Amino acid sequence: MAKIDVAQEKLMGLARLLYDQFQNGIVPFIALPSRTKNNIEYSVEDDVWIYGGQETLRSVKTIRGAKTILKTVHMAELLIKEHLQNNRGSTLREVYYISENWDVAKFNEQAESDRLIEDLEIVTGLQREDFHIRPEEDGAAIFGPLRIKEQTRRGEREIHCQEDVGEAGYQIPFNVDNIQFLDHDAKIIMAIETGGMYARLIENGFDDDFGALLVHIKGQPARSTRRMIKKLNEKLNLPVVVFTDGDPWSYRIFASIAYGAIKSAHLSDQLVTPSARFLGVQPSDIVDYELSTDRLTDQDIHALRSELTDPRFKTPYWEKQINLQLELKRKAEQQAFAGKGLDYVTKTYLPERLSEMDL
Amino acid sequence: MEIAEELAKQQKAISVAEFFEKNRQILGFDSAPRAIITCVKEAVDNSLDACEEAGILPDVFVQIKRIGDYYKIIVEDNGPGIVAEEIPRVFAKMLYGSRFHTLRQSRGQQGIGISAAVLYAQLTSGKPARVTSKIGPDRPAINYELIINTAKNEPEILHEGESDWERPRGTRIELELEGTYVRSRRQSVFGYLKNVAVVNPHARITLVEPDGNIELFERATETAPRKAYAIQPHPAGTELGELIRLLRYTERKRLGVFLRETFSSIGPITTQEICKLANLGAERAPQSLTHEEAKRLLSTFKQIKVKSPPVDCLSPIGEGLIKTGLEKEFKLDFVATAIRPVSVFAGNPFLVEVGLGYGGELDKEGRADILRFANRVPLIYQQGACAITHAAENVPWKNYSCAQPPGNGLPTGPVVLMVHIASTNIPFTSESKDAIADLPEIITETELALKEVGRKLRRYLSRQSVLSERREKEEIIKKLLPRIADKLSEILGEDKPDITLVVAKIMGNLFVKRLYDQKDGFVSVKINLENHGEIIRSFKLHEVLSQEPYSVSLETKSMPIGDNYDCFWKISLKPGEGQQISYDVPSGTKFSETVIEGLESEVVTGARVI
Repeated sequence: MAKIDVAQEKLMGLARLLYDQFQNGIVPFIALPSRTKNNIEYSVEDDVWIYGGQETLRSVKTIRGAKTILKTVHMAELLIKEHLQNNRGSTLREVYYISENWDVAKFNEQAESDRLIEDLEIVTGLQREDFHIRPEEDGAAIFGPLRIKEQTRRGEREIHCQEDVGEAGYQIPFNVDNIQFLDHDAKIIMAIETGGMYARLIENGFDDDFGALLVHIKGQPARSTRRMIKKLNEKLNLPVVVFTDGDPWSYRIFASIAYGAIKSAHLSDQLVTPSARFLGVQPSDIVDYELSTDRLTDQDIHALRSELTDPRFKTPYWEKQINLQLELKRKAEQQAFAGKGLDYVTKTYLPERLSEMDL
Repeated sequence: MEIAEELAKQQKAISVAEFFEKNRQILGFDSAPRAIITCVKEAVDNSLDACEEAGILPDVFVQIKRIGDYYKIIVEDNGPGIVAEEIPRVFAKMLYGSRFHTLRQSRGQQGIGISAAVLYAQLTSGKPARVTSKIGPDRPAINYELIINTAKNEPEILHEGESDWERPRGTRIELELEGTYVRSRRQSVFGYLKNVAVVNPHARITLVEPDGNIELFERATETAPRKAYAIQPHPAGTELGELIRLLRYTERKRLGVFLRETFSSIGPITTQEICKLANLGAERAPQSLTHEEAKRLLSTFKQIKVKSPPVDCLSPIGEGLIKTGLEKEFKLDFVATAIRPVSVFAGNPFLVEVGLGYGGELDKEGRADILRFANRVPLIYQQGACAITHAAENVPWKNYSCAQPPGNGLPTGPVVLMVHIASTNIPFTSESKDAIADLPEIITETELALKEVGRKLRRYLSRQSVLSERREKEEIIKKLLPRIADKLSEILGEDKPDITLVVAKIMGNLFVKRLYDQKDGFVSVKINLENHGEIIRSFKLHEVLSQEPYSVSLETKSMPIGDNYDCFWKISLKPGEGQQISYDVPSGTKFSETVIEGLESEVVTGARVI
């Protein structure tokens, strides 16, 4: 069956379920896994974190539940009748604007419609791309010794990610399935949180010197970025390291790449790179390299404490690092290495860390 | 000459007027903004008192004008007027008044207020008070310009004349004085008059401010408050010295008659009881009692139970008018009121009445406002020192569904409290009449009254939450469910699903559904009943059929009505319980809608209710 028919059938199935609940006198409800850190568990099979058995019920018994189900039904109608039957698509933000015409079923903010689309992914076991919903951002960028072939709407393009691109690198498209890897000269994949560090490593020629594929993940990485990292890791069989700031929010970025994100744990098996390793900045680096630091804010401390109760961080490594940071009460940015000279990060820190990690 | 004799030459009497000249803060003239408020207050109190005594609905006009460095205050009323010869002493002699010696509720008590205002004006601006008064439509208006001779505490008349005045009767006073006019919310002339309007809904008050702005506090009722009558002192709380004075100067010849005539609430039987208990002959001359005997008499007052003082010396606002007053000056969702019976402190009867306003446009966050009144006069200063505030802080507001800061205090949220204490003698903490003293009797009575309105508020709020739950459910079943059902049928391209059973479940209703099965020559009918509520439901189910049913599953009674049969079943279902009734009727039988008897129509889905 064509992909488009599968998606339509699954959405119709959801409508049928609710319809039959009415007919059978069952107060209509949709059961979803609860999306909190208390309900994610480790899957031995895929080596990633996925949702556990706890469920939340959306029932029409309450106003909130009834409104959510009405919105779900409106959304299903949009996806079936506008998207799938006409072979059209919209972005997440466009979907939010389309709901303006839905009266009481209108979304209050885009986060709400995004969440509902994730719910539909979970209920149907499909991905938003299957419903022809696109994210706004086209992922992040890659720079390094790699030649790819991309199937674009205007034909095939062969691109070398050093020679055929500008200083910003190769832009990762939202549909990673359209990319083929031709050949490469890389030994390692390095995911980098900030644009500043990404540009520094390019300027210092780190990609050439170490055979590194630099991936600028632009903060919390988009799904396409995570999918790209996973694809690089699996197809090229290269190790992945993650280089971020040294604060609790950056550890969550690493977790979403290596363990799975709480919000999208239903897609963990397709987005997560279980072998990815955390390079830094580690709280112990703050001490070892005497980095310039900022004080932890109250929110930082709260976030660190919450990570201590997050099952994904329940490893001796993370417990040691997080407790150390709580003790230091300090955090450091990637750019803090600049205080030791512009070459320090590529000549000293990264080589030392990589050899510590046996890479 | 001895030193003592030397010193004695310097001793001399001080006139009250001189005393207050030096101690103006005692009378409420301690700051420039307050001076103006106090002058307005004294004049308005007098106007309202005069109108009430004369049974006139008050119409009071207040104007404040800026004149150079000074302010001119004009207060005019439609009261009975004051006879010419009394005017100078009423306005320009301290401690001259009609109310000090009577036991009756009135705003003014000592006869200080207005003369103090005149004195303050005279001291700060050097200008005399101008008074105009007219006592009848055919009489001329009398004009005076007056000052107080402070050394003698006697009025001095600077000018006396007659004039025409369009009013049939009334009094007008003009004072020029130093002060500051503020228009803040609470402690201002505006705030004061607004509060006056709350407790005097029978009065119309007009305020013209210095900038020409006009504020009208319109009358909300044509009913004047009940007139307060003068009464005798109540034996409870009478002090020994007072009793001895009364005994000595009475004109009565016999103790029994003296007791009955001098005190309120003492009748012949109580008199006998008192005399017996005190071991004093009822025939004795009151003047002949010794100090010891007077003491014995007083102690019997405390031993026997004397009934409460009569209410007619007090003039409460009444629950209806408290509600009117609050609703007139605030936008509210709910008002509760309470009036306590008359009580006594130190021989003085008093009563507490309160109002509580909730919701509407009141501030949802801050501390509750508390409006304090004593004999219908708003108290706007020293809230923290007042017995009313202390009583309100003692109330456990949390028990009445109000937020309250930890360790007690005024409630927070959209609440306004109004407390009125009426008494023949209000125990103020000072002569400026800002706060009521912390007498246990007053605090207790105020707390009881506030708890009563608190209970009413709690009832109102819990009723509201039941209603809002009901409204929420109605929104679900009327607005949301039908739309979900419509969308589903559009997506699937099928008929709209039947939502009635789901509706019954959400509303906790009794669900009734009749099913037909066409057989060979007859119809098999089933009626499904389900109780989705949380209580036992007992009712009668009626079927009106054109033919008599047979094979009925449950015992029924049926009786012919015209050409039809009315069959009914008595049924009782526990929460969650269901039952099925079945019967057969010949083909071609006509049915009418199933009828349920004995339940409210809104708790039944799928049948007609009678």
